[in-house]
Amino acid sequence: MVEHADIRVVHRGGSKINFRAPVISDDSRLLLCASGECVKVYSTSTEECVHHLRAHTDVVTGVVLRPSNHLQVYSCSMDGTIRLWDFTDAILIKTYVIGQPIYSIYASAQHNGMFHLVAVHLQQSTEQLVEARELSVVISHVSSNPAAIAFGRAGEYLASTKGLQLEVFFLKKQKSNRFSLKEENKKGRKNTFSCVTCHPTDDCIATGHEDGQIRLWRNFSHKKEYTYSTLHWHHTTVGSLCFTPEGTNLLSGGVESVLVQWRYNQDTQRDFLPRLGAAITHVTVSPDGTLFTTTHSDNSKSCYTLTAQALLICLYCSRESIETDLLIDPRSKALVMNGKPGHLQFYSLQRDKLMYNLDIVQQEYIYQSDLQQFEVVKAAFNSSGNWLATVEREQKDAELELNLKLWAFDDQTQSFVLNTTISAPHENRITALCFSPATDSQTTTVLVSSSKDGHFKAWQLTYLQYEGPCWSCDFVGAYHGLVPSCCCFSADGSLLAVSFQEVVTVWSSASWELLTTLSQPPGDIRDLCFGQLSCSKYLLGTSTSNLLLCWNLLTCSCKITAPLLMYTSLPTFAVIAASFSSLLSVFVFKPSEPRPIFSQKAVCSGKVMRAVFAPREEMLESCEESSQWLNRCQLYFLSQHMDLMTFTTKAEEDKLMDSSKQLVIDDTVAMTPFHLLLGKRRKEREDSARPYTAGLPMSLTHVSSPSQLLQTPAHVLPSTSYLCSMFVRSLLISVTDNRSVTQYSYSTNTHSSAFTGFILHGSTSVPK
Amino acid sequence: MASFKPTKIHVYPKLGEKVTQDTLYWKNYKAPIQIKQFGAVSNVAFSPVAPYNFAVTAFTRIHIYGPFSQEPIKSFTRFKDTAYSGRFRSDGQLLVAGCEDSVVRLFDVGGKTALRMFKGHTKAVHLTDFTSDRYQIVTGSDDYSCRLWDIPNATELNTYREHTDYIRCGVTSKLNRDLFITGSYDHTVKLFDVRTDKSVMTMDHEQPVESLLLYPSEGLLVSAGGRFVKVWDLLKQGQPLVSLRNHHKTVTCLCLSKNGERLLSASLDRHVKVYNTTNYKVVHNFDYPASILSLALAPYDESIVVGMTNSVLSIKHKKSPSESKDSTSQQRRRPSYRMFVKGKNYIPKQDDFLVGKQVKEHLAKHDKQLKKFNVSKALDTALESWTRRRKPEVTVAVIKELNRRGTLKNALAGRDEQELSRILNFLIGNLVDARFTLVLVTPAEMILDIYRSIIGQSPVIDRQLLRLHELLERELDYQRELLEVLGMLDTLFASSLPRNAVECSGISGLVLRFVEREQCSETEIYQ
Repeated sequence: MVEHADIRVVHRGGSKINFRAPVISDDSRLLLCASGECVKVYSTSTEECVHHLRAHTDVVTGVVLRPSNHLQVYSCSMDGTIRLWDFTDAILIKTYVIGQPIYSIYASAQHNGMFHLVAVHLQQSTEQLVEARELSVVISHVSSNPAAIAFGRAGEYLASTKGLQLEVFFLKKQKSNRFSLKEENKKGRKNTFSCVTCHPTDDCIATGHEDGQIRLWRNFSHKKEYTYSTLHWHHTTVGSLCFTPEGTNLLSGGVESVLVQWRYNQDTQRDFLPRLGAAITHVTVSPDGTLFTTTHSDNSKSCYTLTAQALLICLYCSRESIETDLLIDPRSKALVMNGKPGHLQFYSLQRDKLMYNLDIVQQEYIYQSDLQQFEVVKAAFNSSGNWLATVEREQKDAELELNLKLWAFDDQTQSFVLNTTISAPHENRITALCFSPATDSQTTTVLVSSSKDGHFKAWQLTYLQYEGPCWSCDFVGAYHGLVPSCCCFSADGSLLAVSFQEVVTVWSSASWELLTTLSQPPGDIRDLCFGQLSCSKYLLGTSTSNLLLCWNLLTCSCKITAPLLMYTSLPTFAVIAASFSSLLSVFVFKPSEPRPIFSQKAVCSGKVMRAVFAPREEMLESCEESSQWLNRCQLYFLSQHMDLMTFTTKAEEDKLMDSSKQLVIDDTVAMTPFHLLLGKRRKEREDSARPYTAGLPMSLTHVSSPSQLLQTPAHVLPSTSYLCSMFVRSLLISVTDNRSVTQYSYSTNTHSSAFTGFILHGSTSVPK
Repeated sequence: MASFKPTKIHVYPKLGEKVTQDTLYWKNYKAPIQIKQFGAVSNVAFSPVAPYNFAVTAFTRIHIYGPFSQEPIKSFTRFKDTAYSGRFRSDGQLLVAGCEDSVVRLFDVGGKTALRMFKGHTKAVHLTDFTSDRYQIVTGSDDYSCRLWDIPNATELNTYREHTDYIRCGVTSKLNRDLFITGSYDHTVKLFDVRTDKSVMTMDHEQPVESLLLYPSEGLLVSAGGRFVKVWDLLKQGQPLVSLRNHHKTVTCLCLSKNGERLLSASLDRHVKVYNTTNYKVVHNFDYPASILSLALAPYDESIVVGMTNSVLSIKHKKSPSESKDSTSQQRRRPSYRMFVKGKNYIPKQDDFLVGKQVKEHLAKHDKQLKKFNVSKALDTALESWTRRRKPEVTVAVIKELNRRGTLKNALAGRDEQELSRILNFLIGNLVDARFTLVLVTPAEMILDIYRSIIGQSPVIDRQLLRLHELLERELDYQRELLEVLGMLDTLFASSLPRNAVECSGISGLVLRFVEREQCSETEIYQ
């Protein structure tokens, strides 16, 4: 097996941004969030990712603004280092090595010239304070949850919660007070602390609890005479708490995905912001108090101002597994997978940005932790992207509710519109869904669904006279009562392969006749796909006994059985099959050859969740044998941490580097009233200055001699290269448009004739 | 912040016929006018000339009705016994009728007494008709003979004794004055030519012939007898063309629509079927309350007249074009188009600050309650009597939504007698509806769980629970019977299709669906 130096695995986006609370810069323009091994800097106004701060070698666990300089930021990571960055220009300033995994970082504004760091190491359960390079333990036995520790008013004390205990540590006096709650009070509620925050100007600590209560602790400098009051609205765990900078409001969020705003000292007054999309994990307020940011469990972030809101989403990932698999929308070339609950997300691979969410279930989502809801479990596109089939499932105790929905692409609205809903298409879970490839417009599109109830069904598009097209069942097939696991159409749509445990049955899609059966025991078939283009006679499959099988359909003989530990196999755009083994190696095969044409070990850390081949926009012209398979398509795969990775060649990478040097949208000038006044005037001035340059070609076409141009001062002229091409073009037009005029100019003006001569000879050098 | 998504109301497929051009055409008739006659209506005949009156032969009378009157404009009552086959001459001036007393009577439409009496038959005369030259009459009788009479001097011209059983129907050619066709209970249809003494063509219908019909071109002949309707090609020496078996009782009458594109057949099974005459497929079906003996279609299909054994004459008139657009004209006049585009096509100038109009989302009553998580109130609004009766699917959708949220039990609990009986009423009405059963079983079970302790305290609730119990018992019996039928059908299909197991399963699925549909309609009938 050959390793290829010029093919590399690169990170292409995705990744979680909801791991830790984000940080908003002082001027509310930038948003910093820890995302995997780097810190991403987003613009709050354009939602674009401005910078990546990359240097850490492990997961970044905390980001905090430097109190003494608001243009710098500290980040800590599991690799045991803390780095100081200039986040506006993405420059690494300093690196502090701690040597132990750091779980969170806090900074206090009042301690000038130093910063406090709370690093928690799980094995030792200690808390360490660093001044310059010295460490000292402040509190031990703290929780690794960053929300469990908070700095108090003016950095005088530190509040830390763990389990049922609240510990307040006074930094000046170097002593701590501990308050513990009873395990369960009368009504059987859980009193465990979930988060803590401190009032910025008052001696007050707000704690969230697992039963949904919020307690406001006061007078905690005394061990006995402390008091607390209770606020209750949440019905389950309070996920996050935050005071506004002036301390007038307290914000709280939880599983209900409602942002609740409590007036400080006016407990009865509450404001709500309901239906935010998913459970709230972090709430942050910008230092000037104009912007709230909520981070949700589905990897989205929303910024709310008092009137408008912006949504920043990397890649929705609410569940552990992506049930729909990764799909490529043939129309927009977007990556399609499970998004928000009950939605399909369309994610642009080129821009690493969510395009839109398609609401599949069309039902109000109830934010309740233990409620079973409809989930999109399968999806399939037909080859032209006109039809989308989705399956949604609700499993409630023993009852199973299935809906098969077919969506037609509407050209006017440029989105999918629900065409047919088939409730209970099968009696049991649907295992596979595939469209027949439409070879021409005459043949009707067929959708095949296979289910655990032992049948596979073919659905056909029928045209009703008065109601337009809709889908209906055309054929129900079964094979000896076995359970079908996957199905696949051949490239020309004439054959349908359905695997029933260890048997693969091949059906004619025209007459629904069973043509042949193939089997290669032991082991059930797990994946099936037909070869394409020159390899269309091959049927590929993987089995649970870790074999890659390849049948030649002309001879019905099994050609290759490669004993590999398969993870998944995928059909390709061209003639390749790629497979991931459990050792995290990738092998790329050509169905006609028994040996892999490409292999790479350890492509990423953690499991590979899903993978998909995406066709390229433009073909690469690589002549090398080893990288030819990347010419027409790209292999994307999703790691356990929701990082989207792909393989690229060196040449492609270079090309990408060039194109990525494009300008980021400039939003450095804040929209102040002054800007509105001055900016407008400046723009006007620019506009008034422009006609001179913009008007050049106009004037040139009409001016018979360029001497006028040559007489103007050189410092007000645009660059010569710009002028030259314009000048030459103006001459060309005059030649074609009006022959008599050129003849006149030819006879009178030697300058212009010289220029035409240059053009005719194809010379690029122009005399100055 | 996403907006609230309203509860999805499932759209259930409509059971029954599909809408085609034919159904639209044949449904475009008003509600039938029913006129009681003195006995079974044995014949209906339209006058071929303008006001298109029609003669209705029932018992001992023949009534002539105008196109719009419900009272007879004329009655012929001088029959000694049951009259048969009252038919108009092609000029609409004369009417001929047979009688049980074997005398054939000829009437002037304007007069009252018979102009001529043709005596010669020995038994009841069921067939009388004018030849196309208007001077002769053809009659057929139960004495196995058919005769040709001359009108001016009331003499018998010829007698044909070729049939060996009662002659009950016949038709004369409209194009040739010498040709007529008779159908008899001896299963044969015979074509006679007056110029010869014998029949020139004989066709075997294989059933007692009840009715005959000639196409306007007279190249095709349609005969009805037994359950069959057969079409014969006269130009090919009476070759059978098609045999239709769409009725399950004897077909009694035939008729053609205005341009010969549709053929109608009426039968004792109380149905009138409409066939397409190009492919002879049934395109429409009318149901009537009793066995049909006679059927006639007015020229231009203006009305359908049907006479039945229960001595009721049913007349359906076509809706006038204004009436067929009735529904649109009844709607309130809307503001003009100009009203709607007012201000819509205004293009804002460069410096204008555009203030968008806020679109107010409209939510249904139950959605408003669901949005606020008021589960009991949501169920209450969904159970309001109008929704409950007219749109049970809305109520079912709300129950389903509550179940999905896991709060159905809360919504059902804590209700007083009146509210509970309302819910139970709804369950009794809709539980066995195949579309709703799956959803409604859950609340029914929950109600039993919640209110188990109070059973016996309220007579109203107890009665309703008993009714529910009965309903379920009966439904179970239905299901058992249907499964038995399904088993029988499966064995039949299995024996007729021995090919492979795969196709059989497909068919059984189809049969299952069919049975389900039957079951739905049965429950509907039952209710």
